[in-house]
Amino acid sequence: MTSDKSFYEFISNGVPGPEQKVDADNAIMPARKLAFSRFKELGLPTIKTEEWRYTNVQRFLKDAFTLAQEEQATVTPDQLKAANIPQLDSYRIVLVNGRLQADLSELPTGGKITVSKLSDAAGNAQLQAWFDKHPHLQSQPFAALNAALFADGLFIEAGVNATLDKPLQIIHVYTASANAFIQPRHLVVLHKSATLEIIESAVGLNDSAIAFVNAVTEVVLEENAELWHYNIQSTIKNSRHIYHTSATQKADSRYHHFNFTLPSAELTRNNLSVALTGSNTETNLHGLYLATGSQHVDNHTFVDHLVPNCNSNELYKGVLLDDANGVFTGKIHVHQDAQKTNAFQQNNNLLMSEKANINSQPQLEIYADDVKCSHGFTVGRFSEESLFYLRSRGIGEEAAKSLLVNAFAFDITDQVHIPALQDFLAEKIRQYVAGAINN
Amino acid sequence: MLTIKNLHAEVDGKKILKGINLEIRKGEMHAIMGPNGSGKSSLSSVLAGRENYTVTEGEVIFEGKNLLDLSPEDRAREGLFLAFQYPVEIPGVSNLHFLKTALNEIRTYHNLPPLESKEFLKLTKEKQQLVDFNANLMNRSLNEGFSGGEKKRNEVFQLAMLDPKLAILDETDSGLDIDALRIVAAGVNKLRNADKAFMVITHYQRLLEYIVPDFVHVLYNGQIVKTGTKELALELEEKGYDWLKEEVHQKESV
Repeated sequence: MTSDKSFYEFISNGVPGPEQKVDADNAIMPARKLAFSRFKELGLPTIKTEEWRYTNVQRFLKDAFTLAQEEQATVTPDQLKAANIPQLDSYRIVLVNGRLQADLSELPTGGKITVSKLSDAAGNAQLQAWFDKHPHLQSQPFAALNAALFADGLFIEAGVNATLDKPLQIIHVYTASANAFIQPRHLVVLHKSATLEIIESAVGLNDSAIAFVNAVTEVVLEENAELWHYNIQSTIKNSRHIYHTSATQKADSRYHHFNFTLPSAELTRNNLSVALTGSNTETNLHGLYLATGSQHVDNHTFVDHLVPNCNSNELYKGVLLDDANGVFTGKIHVHQDAQKTNAFQQNNNLLMSEKANINSQPQLEIYADDVKCSHGFTVGRFSEESLFYLRSRGIGEEAAKSLLVNAFAFDITDQVHIPALQDFLAEKIRQYVAGAINN
Repeated sequence: MLTIKNLHAEVDGKKILKGINLEIRKGEMHAIMGPNGSGKSSLSSVLAGRENYTVTEGEVIFEGKNLLDLSPEDRAREGLFLAFQYPVEIPGVSNLHFLKTALNEIRTYHNLPPLESKEFLKLTKEKQQLVDFNANLMNRSLNEGFSGGEKKRNEVFQLAMLDPKLAILDETDSGLDIDALRIVAAGVNKLRNADKAFMVITHYQRLLEYIVPDFVHVLYNGQIVKTGTKELALELEEKGYDWLKEEVHQKESV
């Protein structure tokens, strides 16, 4: 099963195994061990693995990595500025390589929302119930590797009817003095009728060594819960990222997920999946990827309609500049019982250079007969007429192009419910487009 | 203000303009008329800097500068404005944001500080009232879902906002009913002054009843074949273009 012997061998035999991990009461040790044997069995994907056809992950694993992460990397408030979203009023959770930094964080207090280290919460009944249980993670080698050997992460639990007065910003700081394989693991559980807004931001501190991040987030929405989940992926050049975000939605719950993948990680592979296990749910998956240089951005999404009367709506848009490479695979599975399903999917791409590239494939598997499903894919270049119109009004080429890219992204950014975040994204788009044109 | 000398241009290897000569001084209103395919819109495209046109001969001097050396944005910044025959819809770019960007880019070019939001809004309100542009359209995406008339009125509104030295109106009357035509023409007339010049391109004399030209030029087969005053437009309305075409062909055969 394995072709990259070195990394696989290194993980299988060269590092302390899951039995060396110390979580509270060793409560998840059995799950870690199970995951480890799953990883060994699955092996690492190659380009012959269907789900990794367009992303040759092997070439990103060739370097020598260490799993030993710096326990106490020093991070100053100043270094967190890269994650700053102007005008955003939020709670703040700072993680360094997956480890919660209480002194840099501003956690909500006294409410029904608790934030703790996953390792400390290992004995929690919710964690016991949900940890590594998501069906879509079971066939994923990187998710298995994460479950077996993750360092630490967050456990966020929102009680029945819980809500917060402002969003929760999670700042992930990744830093390595030698090439490191960093594995954070998170679990977010919203109990009945709880609502929450989460903004995830990433900061890379050191580009002299490679940070390979293999992160997993499991999300559970109980009845009538609602989560707005924004993930802003922008880190330093020398970083590589594989994310799994797997959600379970119970009846009447609403999940709004946003992936914003911005420059300039070398590799970003998002595996986003949602299992709809209760009826009358709403799922909105929005993605915007803007890639420059030789970035490789791969979005794999999976919406699993298991029961009747659920609505899912997916819109992913990509802007590819320079030599950037994009991949989009959108899978929708409508099971035989899932009558009255509405499932829509759209992927639109804007190629801004001759050398940029996109591979997009919708995968619809529909086994119910009374459903409304659609998908669409477009790839286009700039409208020369639009560009000329703007220039004929005195707007320079650079400003005109960033206006048009922002306009292209508007369908996505317009869905963002936090004005400060909308402004932040528009400004980022402007900067990156200007940067790519001036390069 | 604008001097066009022996201008030749082609698109995809096809000769479109075959030696245009034209002089426009400030304060003047010039009408360019002519049958379909005579090169009217091509002339406006070449002047505004549309990239698929290649100038093969001749020169254009605008306010002492060689216009053809300038990028489209620099032509606009120097004071040239083209009102499009088919204004482009750009979803996701708000009309106001677009105008503010344009205005400030032009100001930066002239070493002026950007307009404060308050001043910008004041100017917007003033010009919007002047040319009778619907305030509800201001916050909408640029031209998106606008009716034909609204698009043309937006062109005139932009013209008022950007305050160019020379405005070229490319078939601004096409697709307009008589009421919309009156409003557009009234807007243009309010913007006329001793420092500003206009080049109005039209197929029909109708527009010139409302925007009265100082000169009328007839373009045919890539050349200006006749120049006159507003009476020439009336003559064309009455007799059509055929008699002129014949005149040209007779000259050629002589």
